[in-house]
Amino acid sequence: MSDNSLLRTTSQRIAWTATIIVSTLVFIFLIAPILAIMPLSFSSGSYLTYPLPGLSLRWYDDFINSPRWMNSLKNSMIIGVASTVLSMVLGTLAALGLAQWRSRFKPLVLAFVLSPVVVPGVITAVGLYFFFAPIGLTGSYLGLILAHTALATPFVVITVGATLQSFDTNLARAAASLGASPLQAFRRVILPLILPGLASGALFAFATSFDEVVIVLFMAGPEQRTLPREMFAGIRENISPTITAAAVVLTAVSVILLATLEGLRRRNERLKSSSA
Amino acid sequence: MTDALLTGANASTEVPLKRRLRRAERTRQVKALALVAPLLVFLLFTFAGPIVGMLWRSVEDSEVRQVFPHTVAALASWDGRDLPDEMAYAALASDILAARASGTIAIAAKRLNYALNGFRTILTSTARNLKAVPEPGTAKETLGKINPAWRERATWTTIKDASGPVTGFYLLAALDLTRNADGAIVAAPPDQAIYRDVFARTFLISISVTALCLILGFPVAYLLATLPPGRSNLLMIFVLLPFWTSLLVRTCAWIVLLQSKGVVNDSLHWIGIIDEPLRLIYNRFGVCVAMTHVLLPFMILPLYSSMKAISPAYMRAAASLGAPPLTAFLRIYLPQTLPGIGAGSLLVFILALGYYITPALVGGAADQMISYFIALYTTETANWGLASALGAVLLLVTLLLALVYGKLVHGQQVTGGMKN
Repeated sequence: MSDNSLLRTTSQRIAWTATIIVSTLVFIFLIAPILAIMPLSFSSGSYLTYPLPGLSLRWYDDFINSPRWMNSLKNSMIIGVASTVLSMVLGTLAALGLAQWRSRFKPLVLAFVLSPVVVPGVITAVGLYFFFAPIGLTGSYLGLILAHTALATPFVVITVGATLQSFDTNLARAAASLGASPLQAFRRVILPLILPGLASGALFAFATSFDEVVIVLFMAGPEQRTLPREMFAGIRENISPTITAAAVVLTAVSVILLATLEGLRRRNERLKSSSA
Repeated sequence: MTDALLTGANASTEVPLKRRLRRAERTRQVKALALVAPLLVFLLFTFAGPIVGMLWRSVEDSEVRQVFPHTVAALASWDGRDLPDEMAYAALASDILAARASGTIAIAAKRLNYALNGFRTILTSTARNLKAVPEPGTAKETLGKINPAWRERATWTTIKDASGPVTGFYLLAALDLTRNADGAIVAAPPDQAIYRDVFARTFLISISVTALCLILGFPVAYLLATLPPGRSNLLMIFVLLPFWTSLLVRTCAWIVLLQSKGVVNDSLHWIGIIDEPLRLIYNRFGVCVAMTHVLLPFMILPLYSSMKAISPAYMRAAASLGAPPLTAFLRIYLPQTLPGIGAGSLLVFILALGYYITPALVGGAADQMISYFIALYTTETANWGLASALGAVLLLVTLLLALVYGKLVHGQQVTGGMKN
């Protein structure tokens, strides 16, 4: 419906042109900051200003050779992967259960399961800080993994739940009628079909943990600082170009996650259109 | 469920089918609940429990009870109209001596000082000058001589108010209220009454950011919903990439752009619009710009899906019936986007209310939102009662708005618009 034959009058054409101009400006507003920070990480100077005095990889060198940054990258990975695995197990089971459960309490339970997304980060962080400190879970990997799992699981429940909704339950019945045990039916029929949904859920979970900083701020000891936490400290204290190198690394991870997710979505659409 | 049906079929055929079906359904429901149970238990421990614990801390009042147990007991029957009797003075004297010996007096002093500025000095001077337990019958006179504050009713009502086990003190303080010596709720002294301002500021920043997001997001959502899928999918990357980029990266990027020798100031200077660099960051402007950047995708995505659902036939029908384009837009198109506008605005507003990282990094002292004070009182000054009370107010507002949002986006998808 975008074809210009619809835009018959001058005023409509003006309105459409204005929409394009404003949208372009907003797109620039959205993307420019992220693009502007990247070249600075290749600067040979130590100020975060343009024009660059020259190109170098010294800030990446600094990033890779700094035990502080490398430790934070390692921590982000450990906590991200562990909380993804945990939230996948809990979230997938819950989504499977919720798909079958019929009760008037279901909306209430669903609201409770999804509430970690709505509650402000500081409130969850303060609550956890009070709750975990007496049992020795502050300043520990376990505490952070548990907290990040709570934040990430809603996304798994939403994503896997949406996949299950579009899943044809007759396939499971067909498998059973052909003599498959429930476990066999799950492993050989259900699982391959919902796998893309599970993968998207895992990506959301990992991204949630990888980007989280408020809870880490309250609960992590110096040993458990994650990449965003180290960036927070860096921005607070003094912005050195090493931060921009860290930012490029973080952005690269986001782009990989986004591209994988987009690939999964396209594959899913292709499958749907070919089966229809 | 097929499994349940099959075992049902193997069972005695005398049982009527209806009952067997009902039993099978019940087994199915129990199994379904068993699958959800692990997550519910987990969230009870890692989410609901901690938040209930925080809410409890906002009303808990145990410090004075622990440190001055005899005084609290003696004041239980005091009506608060006159000064308490000799027994209360004697109890306080022995409590102070005991607390001095065990080194716990600072705990009570800290709590009482929240309620009455200067109470810490009263307690420390009394503890320092009280040599021994006063002779029976002279406690009132002795304490009054050491510090005349003990001859004032307000000193004693402060202790009585803080005797716990629960108190409304912190919640009242979070709303700039306090109790006077007669127990009536009155405005807090001006030097402590800062939280209404903070809440107002939090609301103002959130509303500004929501309005900015709506103004900037509407044309973009319209463009994306109107363009053919191929091109709009491509442009969608401009919305999704920032959405997936780390909050810290984006905040850092704005500091680089907006600082006094940053890209924006340099460009403006180069064009010749300004001579002196503008102050664009570490103030309200910087906070609003950075927060709008972070939250804009949350506005665009729900708007986009509501616009995508509007059939172009409506606009054609309006045009064919003679409506000028503007009238058709205002009366046919805009009303149909209202659910999207409502959902997007509420979502952005809810998320903005709890913002902490961005204002903390790009705001000045006068731009800190309520979350900053919650964090400050938790980690820096350890005034956990007040931190929890401010948290309780923020939580209440957030949950009420989330409830409205849930109703707006139909029961199921309480957070459906969040990340997909």
